[in-house]
Formats: sequence, structure tokens, C-alpha cells
Amino acid sequence: MTAFIARRLLQAVFVMLVVSLIAFALFRFVGDPVAQMVGQETSLADQARLRASMGLDDPVLVQYGRFLQRLVTADFGYSYRTRQAITEMILSRAPATIELGFVSLLVSLIIGVPAGIYTAIRKHGVLANAILILTLVGISVPTFVIGIGLITVFGVQLGWLPTFGRGDTVALGGWNTNFLTLDGWRSILMPALTLGVYQLTLTMRLVRAEMQGVLKSDFIRFARARGIDYSSLYLNHALRNTLVPVITIVGLQFGGVIAFSIVTEAVFQWPGLGLLFLDSIRYVDIPVMSTYLVLIALMFVTINLLVDLSYALIDPRVRLPGKGS
Amino acid sequence: MTADTLLEVRGLTVSFTTRFGEFTAVEGIDLSVAAGSIHGLVGESGAGKSTIGAAIMGLLPTSGRIAAGSVTLAGLPLQDLDDAAWHRLRGSRVSMIFQDPQTSLNPLIRIGDQLVETIRQHADIDEDDARRRAIALLDETGIHDAATRIDDYPHQFSGGMRQRVVIALALCTDPELIIADEPTTALDVAVQQQILDLLKRLVAERQIGVILITHDIGVIVETSDRVTVLRHGRVVESGPTQRVLGSPAADYTRALMAAVPRMETRLPRFRGILDDVSADLAGPDVRQASVADGFRVTGASAELASDWLLRARDDAGAAHDVTRDGALLEIDELSVTFGARGGGWFGIGRRDGVQALRNVTLSLAAGTTLGVVGESGSGKSTLAKAITGLVDPSSGAMRFDAATLPPGGTRRRDHASRRRIQLIFQDPYASLDSRFTVERILAEPVRHYGHATNRSEVRRLVASMLELVEMPQSALRKYPHQFSGGQRQRVAVARALLARPELLIADEPTSALDVSVQAQILNLLRDLQDSFGLSMLFISHDLAVVRQIADTVAVLKDGDLVEFAPNERFFAAAEAPYSRYLLSETPSLAGLDGGTVH
Amino acid sequence: MLSGTWSRWQRFRVDNELAHLFLHSPVAIVSALVATLAVLAALLAPVISPFDPYDIGGIDLLDSLLPPAWTPEGDARFPIGTDDQGRDLYSAILYGLRLSLLVGVLSVSFAALLGVTLGLIAGWFGGWVDALVMRIADVQLALPAILTALLVDGIARGILPDGSHDRLMLVVLTVAIGLSLWVDFARTARASTLVEKRKEYVQAAIIMGMHPLKILTRHVLPNILGPLLVILTIDLAVAILLEATLSFLGVGVPPNQPSLGTLIEIGTGYLFSGEWWIVLFPALALVTLIVSVNVLGDFLRDVFDPRLR
Repeated sequence: MTAFIARRLLQAVFVMLVVSLIAFALFRFVGDPVAQMVGQETSLADQARLRASMGLDDPVLVQYGRFLQRLVTADFGYSYRTRQAITEMILSRAPATIELGFVSLLVSLIIGVPAGIYTAIRKHGVLANAILILTLVGISVPTFVIGIGLITVFGVQLGWLPTFGRGDTVALGGWNTNFLTLDGWRSILMPALTLGVYQLTLTMRLVRAEMQGVLKSDFIRFARARGIDYSSLYLNHALRNTLVPVITIVGLQFGGVIAFSIVTEAVFQWPGLGLLFLDSIRYVDIPVMSTYLVLIALMFVTINLLVDLSYALIDPRVRLPGKGS
Repeated sequence: MTADTLLEVRGLTVSFTTRFGEFTAVEGIDLSVAAGSIHGLVGESGAGKSTIGAAIMGLLPTSGRIAAGSVTLAGLPLQDLDDAAWHRLRGSRVSMIFQDPQTSLNPLIRIGDQLVETIRQHADIDEDDARRRAIALLDETGIHDAATRIDDYPHQFSGGMRQRVVIALALCTDPELIIADEPTTALDVAVQQQILDLLKRLVAERQIGVILITHDIGVIVETSDRVTVLRHGRVVESGPTQRVLGSPAADYTRALMAAVPRMETRLPRFRGILDDVSADLAGPDVRQASVADGFRVTGASAELASDWLLRARDDAGAAHDVTRDGALLEIDELSVTFGARGGGWFGIGRRDGVQALRNVTLSLAAGTTLGVVGESGSGKSTLAKAITGLVDPSSGAMRFDAATLPPGGTRRRDHASRRRIQLIFQDPYASLDSRFTVERILAEPVRHYGHATNRSEVRRLVASMLELVEMPQSALRKYPHQFSGGQRQRVAVARALLARPELLIADEPTSALDVSVQAQILNLLRDLQDSFGLSMLFISHDLAVVRQIADTVAVLKDGDLVEFAPNERFFAAAEAPYSRYLLSETPSLAGLDGGTVH
Repeated sequence: MLSGTWSRWQRFRVDNELAHLFLHSPVAIVSALVATLAVLAALLAPVISPFDPYDIGGIDLLDSLLPPAWTPEGDARFPIGTDDQGRDLYSAILYGLRLSLLVGVLSVSFAALLGVTLGLIAGWFGGWVDALVMRIADVQLALPAILTALLVDGIARGILPDGSHDRLMLVVLTVAIGLSLWVDFARTARASTLVEKRKEYVQAAIIMGMHPLKILTRHVLPNILGPLLVILTIDLAVAILLEATLSFLGVGVPPNQPSLGTLIEIGTGYLFSGEWWIVLFPALALVTLIVSVNVLGDFLRDVFDPRLR
């Protein structure tokens, strides 16, 4: 098992290195950093001096090394567009995205997992079929359409919920949170639902597929032949075996949530990291783009690693050596 | 119905709703099991044995139902029960165990927990008492160190041990009847014997009834008091084992017993077996027309193929040094090491290799058959893979026709041995590309080795070869999935022959086939060898089969060659202890009175 | 198993499992019809649409924001109304469908070509080749699809000189979306190849001395098409979704060639002022298209997955 962990760690490091390389390449070779920073009046000589002082004339490898170093110390540089320190920008906008992601993940799990189990057990039935059809729609309707739909109904027609922005937030130390005010909750509701629907549908379908597979297995058949209570069969035996691969998927879901938050934040003008990234694409703000890239990759890699490790903890076949047959 | 009759089945008919219509799987089954006895249910594939077992348990799939007849358990009728009522009976009065111990146990739950849960499902006792009972059971089923091992997970047990755990699980609720569906098929012969002995002991001690479902006649002879022979969903014959199998009344039973390979004497052929190829096809509604429908390719005949092969033999013979001492294949101190996982990620995750073969030395004389026998993990398949170049030896040498046989990695793609040595595999389903027609499958070696290029010539040759292996020429146009296992193996044999080989390696070619079909294929192989002077390396785990087909016998154990001797000498007086052990553990039919040996 | 007195058509229906299940599933038939209609509409757009929405000269700003023809203020020339530029919405949707399908099909084809090739090679040769491909896939997987697509798009914007950006948009989009989807194909192809490689008919071909390339194309590839087809349909839906999302965000197709996503984005701006049709109809078209592709994908998945039978 230590070999397993070590291998996964190495894999993670490798991926991060490659991603940081891509980010560095972005930084260095797309567009001209100096041209971005100076006005039109700056003389060429001044530009050359600026270039040298920024270390842009040093060998590529050295620059890459410096880049890595800065990354590791969380010094992400400055935005071309706003001239702000990127670290600051990220820290100020992160809470918005994290809270949004958290609520939608919660929604998708609380509804998705039970729905998946239900539709796997009750294969035919009005409710089961209805759920299945809804999920089909759920993965086919783009996130932004859902968002617009919700805005139209609850924001425009009924006027119940605010249609953009974060609403009132309360500052807890450096963290602005939505959770402590009513307006905050009202504001986060629609975006969270929008984001959550897609994840919910995916989770549900995956849980259903896995569980159906498990229910056909020999050990379930044998348990049934021993007269084990059906509820125990489903919830103790089958569910346990289903959840093992589902954990992987849920881990990835969280990543998906962060990724799709880009769209949701755009629709609802939610001031989070996604909107930040989107603006950076529009204005070709390279430092922000590459920072976002590295951060997202880091998050995915970490989640994957944690998921794999949890696999090792949960599945005894990985933990303990077997005898084989 | 006598006082101690546990289970009485009368006129049981089970049908399934398929998209082809209503399909009757079994019809009019009569069966009775007494307490303290084992009733064997034997038949070839498609006979419906498992269906009967599932019907008794109420575990038929949703598309199946009991259409007629009755199933009575100690006076209680079962056939009309709803699932809830049946579920209460399951485990507490009737229990079932399945074939594969690997998949029968939930890998994520400790066996102790699985046992305790089952016990407490049917009895109102607390956890500690349940645990004590579980330990006692594990003891009873022969798990050493039960008190410690009870907290282990299934994968920490070996195959045989796992099946014991399965039996313990089936017993822990004290059922009156156990249905065992092929309980030892997935196990090695020695382990199989232990499990069967265990079953017999439990039956005697607890006075339960067991229905033992199997296709293996030897198992029946060893264990069952009574036997019912099934064919195509109907009872052919039933009664005390000695009578039914020793002096069968029905033709089918006689033919079946004639097909079972014996250990006592070696016969030149299996005689009196089901010769009809259609016996091989599933279902009684098959039209014979599809078998002999008169489709012929112009000029194609078995004679053509036969002449073609004979010419090849003569050509091969003429090219050889007449003074060759007759050893076609020589294996010299061959070793193969597996699974040394290279590198992984920068050296992490490297595994030490497993030695599949260790300094094995064998030889095969031209025109004879060498039988290589061993249990799983003995390295017999590895031997075949090394010779055909799929696997590289780590040391040692191979010689074919006095020339060095290079290891697979360095063997050129056009090396002559690739044509002269052909391999027939165990799995008839995976050995043919299911997307190719039979014609295309068979044409491949013909074209590849350049035996013919003209399309009609190829066709003629292929059709002729099909006839030579006793398949209808019309098979050309069909796909593998339209044929049964035995027929596919014939196609595989035809494919091998179309390369014009001198050595045929057969890796467990009949292990996946029914007994009658196995006899047919073995006859075919022998005939081919006699007619065309083919040499054969026959790999099997079944000593009885090897007894019938091999001229010399080699026994492998965990990669080591244990014994290498001519057939008669080996089976009369094997020298190595392991050989003797294997011989004694193989279920023998010698216990039948007046056996049907000709 | 059955008698030979059936007609060839009957036998085809029964012998061919896929055809049989398809013809017995009304849902599959309906969605196949819908998808076919969409494809036809897309192909014939230039022929059947009353206006050419790309022709700047043909658009009159005075015609802008007209509601559908059945409303009192509607104009019979524009059956479902016009957008803010005066473009006929019906024509715009037809052309938008065309664009969405085009980008979807192109990008999925690109992803399939790249992914299947890499997957086959990785699965067959194993060793360091396999490790390399899998590591590359790992990196790709660390970045969600949207992110990759956006990144490639952003990089293109940064690299390409201003004028050509619009012209090359189709290529950029295809590459961007394709790069975010190839891993699905690669993983499936690799897994299937590994399974087939172990099968005896492939071993037989290896023993015979057949060239690996020949074995891969003749034997392996035809046998792994099933699962790949499933991925193809599913990823087609994802590709269409991605393109719509990118266009909605303003970083997809150029603004003068609106795809369904662009139209929806335009419409969002007019939600509050009551011009509901600009959002609704393109959204409906988009959702219908994606749903039908997904249903087909689901159907195929059920057919090819032996576990779920």
C-alpha cells in the first residue's frame, strides 16, 4: 500500500509540474509582458531596461525556476488589467465561489445519491421513470439556460429572488459569507440550484449505474439465497459496494462544480473566481489566466489524491494483502 | 412420499418469456430428496439443471415462472408462494451455494460480520452468541484457526477455503435442504475432493438433504446416493446412482457414460457416444436442416483436404534427415519468470517475479501425443505460451525439429515455426473473432502462409477442411456466435490445420465443453493424428482425459516437472508422491458396478 | 436457435440485437427522428430558411425586436420574431443549429481520431508508451473541459493577429473542444484494447506472426467500436453544450455568425424588457437537439453494456 500511495503522489507531482510548465509558457510566450505593462510613450530603450530588470532576458530554464519558486510561495504576480496583486484578487473572490460550490455540491449529493439508489432498486414505476426523464433533461439543458430559466421565473415574473450579485454578506475576518443574512441566502439560492442541477443529474445516473451493476453480482444473489432482509441487502451490502466507486465520482464532481461555476457566475454576475477567469480570457489577462490554471489543476490533483487514498482505506483488498485463489 | 422425504418435486415445468416467445426451459421434472442423502442432478449444458435449482429456491429471474407442477418441502407447497413468503424460507429452511467462491462473498465485509448477520437474520440471539456459533461453524467446515480468521476479509482466503466459508454461510441457519450448484467446478481436483468430503460429512452428521448440480459424472459417482439425468430440460433417467450410471437403461445415459474418459484402461477411441453433431446444439426445437442442408462448394470435399494435408506431411518428411531420432520438440531446462513489474513509477511498485516454470525438461516424439497435466498455477499454459512465442523464457532452450526455437521476443514474424506449430485454445468463445464469418476466419491462415491466393481456391480449401472436421460446408457463411462450443472448437481445429502444421498444441481444448462433445473432439484429434502424422502437445488438468489421449505424460506442479513417463507406466505405477496424490484425488468411476467399459 | 422459415427481414431483426432493441424502443425511435430532423435542417438551412442572417445587407434595423407572427405586433415575414439587429429568428435558429452541429461534429471527430489512436497504441504496446499517454491524459483530466476550451480559446486570442481570429474561429473552437474531450475516447479505447488483447483470437493472430498494425485494424478496432460509439454520442452532446456555453460567454463563434448560444446571450439582455422570444426559441432548439443526442447515447449504452441487460 505504501507503494500505491507513493506512486499516486509522484503522479500528482508530475501533473503539477506539467501544468506549471504550461502556465509558465503562457506567461512568457503569449503576448508580451512588457508591452502589456507600459504605455505607448515609453521608449524602446526603457522597454529594454524594463525587460532586463524583470529578468526576461535570462535563459528560459532560469525563468521557469523563478516562476516555480514564486508559485510555491504563492506570489502570483500582478494582473495586466487591474494592476492588482493577483493573490489579493483571488483571496477576496474565493469565498464567493467556495460557498457557491459547497451549497451546490450539498444539493447534488443530498438529492442525487438517494435518487440514484431509488431508481436502481425500483426499476419500473412511475416515480422512477419520472426521475429518469428529469435527469435526462438535467444533463441536456446547458447550465446557463437553467440559470436564465430560474431568473425568468423567480426573478422577473415572481420577483421573489434577486437576479444578480451576492446580496448582503457578512465579513468574518477576511472571509465574506452569504450564510449569515437572509438576503445572502436568497441570493445564493438560484445560482446554487443552477450549478447543482447538472451535478445532481450526473451523480444520480452514476449511482444508479453502479448500483444496478452491483445488484446483479453473485454475492448479492447469495445473500438473497440466505434470506437476508431486502432492506439490509440494498442498504448494507449493495450500497457499500456501490459507494466505493461513487466516491471517486463525487470527488471529481467537486472539481466539476468549480469549473462550471464559471458559467453560473457569468449568468448571475456572481463575483467569484469564475467571473475573474472569464474576464481574464476576454481581456487576455495572461497572469490571471495562468494562475487560475495552476490553482484549478492543484485542486483537482489534490482531490484525486484524496479520493484515491480514501479508496485505499475503504477497500480492504487494497489495504491488506490477499491470498488469491 | 416416505416419512423422511424432505423435498418432493412433481411435474415441474418452468418457462421463460423471451423476445422470441415463450421458452420452456424444463418440463415434467420429478425429483425427490430424502433427509441425510445427496441427490445428484447431472446433465450437459442447456439441460436445465440450474433452472431447477433456482425454481426450488424461488430465485428465478423476473422473466421466468413455474408454469406447472409442484414443489413440496416436508409437506409445505412452495410453487405458489409469493416472494415475501419464499424469502422467509430462504436461509432458514432451504439454502443455496454457487459455483464461484471468488464472487460469492461480499469483498468489503469481514466474513465474521457476514456470518453473524446471516445467523441473526433467522434466529433471535445476541451478537456474542452469534459470533460463537459462527466460529464453531468455521471449525466444522475445516477452517483452521477459526477464532482469528473470522475477522478476515474474503480475499485473504484461498479458493478452497473460500468455498468452505460459503458452505459455512449456507449452514449457519440450519437449513434442512441445501442446493449446491456446481460447487466444485471452479476448484482444483484435490481441493474439490476435500469439499466433497466435507459435504458428505455434513450431510451425514446433520441429516440434511443436498441437491448437487453438476456436469461432472465423477463428482456424482463420488457423492450422490441418487441421481437424475437431464437432457434438454427433461428427465432422461433417475434412480440410485449405482444403477443409473452403472447399468443405464436409457440410450442417452449409455452414450453419456461412454463419453466419460476412464482412468482404468486406455481406449483407441470413445465408442458408443453421441455421434450426432446436432446433439451439440442447444434446444430440442432445432431444425436439422441447418446441419445438413446440402450446401456445397464446387470441388470441395473432405478428401481434398485430406490429400492436401497428406502431401504436406510427405513434403515435410522428405525434407528431414532420416536419421533424426524422432524427437520433434525438445524442451531443455526451460524457466519462465512472470510479473516482475518493471519500473511502475520510477521504480516504485516493482514486484518480484513469479516463477511459472522452473528448469523443465521434456521431449515429444514425432507422431505422438505428450500430455501435460497439472493443477492451476502449475505452469502448463505458460509452457504452451513459451513454445508459441507469446512469452519469453528467462532461461533454458527449446528445439523444434533439431533447430533452435528462438524466444518469442526475437522470433521473426515469418519464422517457419509459426506455421509448423499451431495452438488450439481452451475458450471456444474468445478464440474466434466474432466479427468474422467462418470463411474469413479460416481463410486467414491460408492467405497468410501463402497456401493459396486465388479466391475460389481458398474457398474450396476452406470448405473441404470444414468437412474434414465434420462441420457442414454451409458454416462458411455463418458467424461464430451461431455455433455451439464444440462446433467452434472444430472450426478452431480447422483453422490450425489450414496452416499445415506438424505440431498441434492443444491448451485445455475440451475443458469448457460438455462430456459428449469432449469425447467427439478427442476422437477427432486422434483421427487427425493417425491420418496425418501430427504430433500433439495436449495440456489438461483432467488426468482421465490425459489417460485416454496421451502417449507420454508429464506432470507439473508449481512450475516444476514432477514426473515424465509413458502412459501405461504412469497410470499403472506412478513414481512421484505428487503424481500418486493427483491420481488418488481424481474422482474415479471404478466404483460403479458393471461399468460400461467395452 | 429458431427455424429457418423466417424471411430475411425477420431474421435480420431478430439476429441483429441492436436493430431489434432499437425498433422496440419508441423513445429511441423518436429521438433518432428528432436528431435526423435537426441534421436535415442544418444541412438544408441555406435552402429552407427565408432569410440569410449573415447577410448584413439583408437586415433592416427597423425590423428589430419584432414579436412572433401570431401576436398582434408581429410581422408575417418573421414567423417567430426578430432579434435586436433585425435578423429573422427562424432563419437565425436554422443557421445556428447548423453551426452548433458543425462545431459539435468536427470537434468530436477530432477528439475521436486523436483519442482512439492514442488509446489503441497505449493499450496495445503497453510499457512506456502506455505510461506516457496515461500521464498526458492525467494532465488533461486535471483541467475540466470548460477550462481547457476557454484556455485554448484565450491563448488563440492572444497569439493570433486580430483579423484572422474571426476567420480561424471554427478551427480554434474545434481544437479547443476536441482537446477537452479526447481523453474519454482514449481511456475507452485503451481499456477495450487491453481486454481484446487478452482474447485468444488476438493471441492466435500474434502467434501467426501478423503485423501489429494489421491486427489492430483488422481485429481489434472493429471489436471495440461498440463502447466507442456510445462515447461518441455522449460526447457529441457535450461538445454541442460546450460550444453553446462558449458562445454564450462571448468567447465562441464570432458575433456576426450567431450560434444558438450567441442568440440566447443576446436574448438574455432583453428578458427584463419583455422580448421573451429571443431567448425562448433558440433555447428550445438547443435543448431539443441535446436531449435527442443524449437519449440516443443512453440507448446505445444500454445496448452495449452487458451488465445492465
